[in-house]
Formats: sequence, structure tokens, C-alpha cells
Amino acid sequence: MAESAYLPAGTIQNSEVLDAPRHSGLVRVTHWIHTLSFIALVLSGIAILLAHPRLYWGETGAVGTPSLIDLPFPFVLELQIRGPGRYLHFLSAWVCVLTGLLYVLSGLFTRHFRKNLVPSKRDLGWESIRQVVSNHVHLKRPTEVESRSYNVLQRLTYLAVVFLLFPLIIITGLAMSPAITSVFPTIVTVFGGQQSARTIHFFVAVALVLFLLVHIAMVCLAGFKNRMRAMITGHNAAGKEPS
Amino acid sequence: MSSPLSRRKLITTGLATAAGVSGLGVAVVLAQRYGLIPPDHGGIFGVGETLTYAAQRILMSRHSLAREFNRSEISKVAPVNGKPPETELYRRHLAGGFADWRLTVDGLVARPSTFSLADLQRFPPRSQITHQACEEGWSFIAEWIGVPLSSVLNFVGVSAQARYVVYFSFDEFWDSIDMPDAWHPQTFLAYGMNGRDLPTGHGAPVRMKVARQLGYKSVKYLARITVTDTMKNIGDGQGSPAPAAGYSWYAGI
Repeated sequence: MAESAYLPAGTIQNSEVLDAPRHSGLVRVTHWIHTLSFIALVLSGIAILLAHPRLYWGETGAVGTPSLIDLPFPFVLELQIRGPGRYLHFLSAWVCVLTGLLYVLSGLFTRHFRKNLVPSKRDLGWESIRQVVSNHVHLKRPTEVESRSYNVLQRLTYLAVVFLLFPLIIITGLAMSPAITSVFPTIVTVFGGQQSARTIHFFVAVALVLFLLVHIAMVCLAGFKNRMRAMITGHNAAGKEPS
Repeated sequence: MSSPLSRRKLITTGLATAAGVSGLGVAVVLAQRYGLIPPDHGGIFGVGETLTYAAQRILMSRHSLAREFNRSEISKVAPVNGKPPETELYRRHLAGGFADWRLTVDGLVARPSTFSLADLQRFPPRSQITHQACEEGWSFIAEWIGVPLSSVLNFVGVSAQARYVVYFSFDEFWDSIDMPDAWHPQTFLAYGMNGRDLPTGHGAPVRMKVARQLGYKSVKYLARITVTDTMKNIGDGQGSPAPAAGYSWYAGI
């Protein structure tokens, strides 16, 4: 398996190591399935949201009651986008959750998270973080060696996306289900009510879309071709074909 | 590629595929046997619907109660979606205070019956203060007063073959629920709301209230209930007109 690909900077000695896959097969396959299901979830989520683009806090909310935020969109009720949107939302939620589960379990099992995502104590020091932030601010491209392992900002962001934002959007989604909350009422009361859960679901979705946009921007800045090659074929160096 | 390796690979792959296919086959047969396949299981989206319905029916209690609230939490605003039926018959019932209105209960039952509003009100009344959540995104809390559907089902005597309870409105709306939800103590034939008769906009004289599912399953202006073992010959066979438009038949969500 390919999790051994991330080596501490400076230990790379020969080209054989450089040929080692950048991302394991499982990471690559789940990455792209996740990409498709996430895009489907966002688009269908927008179609559902537009039926009632107002957000509330607490248990209930409707036209005629005070809202938390009135989003600057029209109420789209006549256009037949919500129905297909709903079917697509719940199907892609299953794909997203099952793929995510496979990714997380395999990441725990192969120690992918421990080895490649959990930052070291040294990385969490101020000087190291300052250096990484400064590199980002100056849009400094990572060197070939640097690009073989995640920097501290990447590690913290990926960990937050995998272990905070995704669990939160799944739980707030389930908290809107009257059947599921009949069995697990805590998942909705902990957020202060069903409408609060809906509002949090929306803001976590916005955070995930922002992550996606920054992620794509970073891939472009770091070298679009090479990064795409790494996530599709598993290999980093230009001109190298997967064996 | 060396031939022994590829042959071994071929055999392993073949065995794995055979195991996978037969495993899936067994799963489908078992799912059908235990009623885990919803009427809207067809097509690509049916995969998601079947996973949701089967997962909830396997993993969750069939008797869990929807959350109930305090009287103080009853919403001051209870929006109405849609208009009352525009049929001549409904208008006449409305004008006559529903004195001649009857609810027909038939299908796989021992004693097909019709009930007047007074008949339904003679069953021991129950009330619940629960959510009504519209799939559009808005919601309110109200007190619903009525007779549990289970009381009426017990009265007419449901056949052991029964799998769905189908209910029809005076307008074009109709829907259906499975037996776990039909027998559920919070599934009501509701004739009252917040201490008064059910308002016209909320489905007078009687609406279905399915507390563990989204609002659209709580069909208003009930005219007829039928008990069946299959949805095949009713509408397009998907259990309700909702799936054709993209809305899940099972709206416990």
C-alpha cells in the first residue's frame, strides 16, 4: 500500500522513493467519488434551500415569524427543481457518507491520519506556523520535496474538514429528520432545535464550499497539472507514468 | 503477466464476484421478505430511498415516539399550504358543517365501514403536541387532537396480509404509509387542533397526522382509507404521487 509515500523532508535520497505513489489508491478513489457526491449535494442543497431561503433559530420558523437571516434569494416554489433536488440530495448523501466512512476507517487502520495529517509538536510551534503562513502570503510555490508532505496549515485544515465539518453537517442533516430524532432526540436538542440545526447545516455547507474553493485555488498555485496527476495516477513527478 | 498469477487472480475475482452477486441476491430476497423495500425503489434514486427506508426500519425502533412539546411551545403562527379542495362535494360538506361527511375504510379489513365525524369522536380521543415540518423548510408546533389510526384499524379488523394503509383526500392528494407507521400511537386521524375543531385550511374535517414523517404525509381533507398488501395497482405504483415529482415516499427522512 502507498501510505508510506509521505516521508519527512530531507530523507528522500533516490529516484525510486520519488516514484512512490503520492496518494494511495483508496485515497484517490474516495477523493473523486467524494468530489462528485459533494458537488451533487451542494447543487441539490441549493435547489432545496431556494424553496424557503430564510433561516431561523430554535425549534420552529415560518413566514410570519421572526427569522435569523433572510438570504438574498427569491422563494422558488413553482420551478420544478426541488423535487429532483431532494432525491439527488439523499442519494448523494448516502454515497458521500459511505465513501467517507470507508476513507476514515481505512485512514485509521493504515495510520494515514496519524502519519500524514496529525501535525508534529514542532510543526505546531509559532515559528513553524509563521513560516508556513508567510509562504502562503507570498504565494511561494512549494519545492518538490516540500510538496511530498503536508504543511501544518494543510494538516489542520484537512483534519477540521474530516473530523469537524463533515460530522457536523451529517448530524445537523439527521437532526432535521423527525424519524431519526424520535430515536435520538439529543442530536436536535443539542443544537437548540430543528430550525437551529437547519441553520447550522447551511453554514457548515458554506464553510465546506469555501474550503473547496480555497483547495482548488491552492492546487492551481502549487501546480495544477502535477497535483491533478498526483490525485489521479498517484504519481507526482512529471513524465513518470504509473507502473 | 505470468499465467499462474493471472489464473489465481481470475479465480479469486470470479469467486468474489459470485459471492457479491449472490450476497446481493440474498439481501434483496430478505429485504422483500421483511418489508424493507419502499414502493418508490425504482430507478437510480430508488437506491438511496431503499437504503434510507431499510436502514431506518432495521436500525431504529418501530415504536419510538416523535418529540412532544409543552403547551407553551405551541406556535402562534401555523401557516397553511395549498387551498381546500374545489370539488362540489367538498364545498357542500363544508357548507353543511360536515354533518353528512363520511370516512370510508375498506380493503383488507374484516368489516369495511364508514364513519361520521361523530363516530370518530366517540373513540377515546388522544392529543399530541408535535412538529409539523414542511419539506420546504418551515415548521410549526401544534396540538393535534384525534383518534389514533390504530383504534380505527382495530375496529375494522386488519388482515394479516396488510402491508400499507392508503389514504385519499377530497382533492387529488393521496398517500400511504407502512404498517409500523399505521399502528404507531402518534399516527392520528386528527379532527382538532390547538383546542378547536380542525380549521378548514388545515384539513377539515379530518386529516392524517403522521408525526414521524414530514408534513406532506399528513394528508388533509380525508375521504377514504384503504388497507392493501400491494401498491402496484394504485396510482403509478410508487405509493403516492409524491415520488414522481422527486419527493420520497418514506418521508421520515
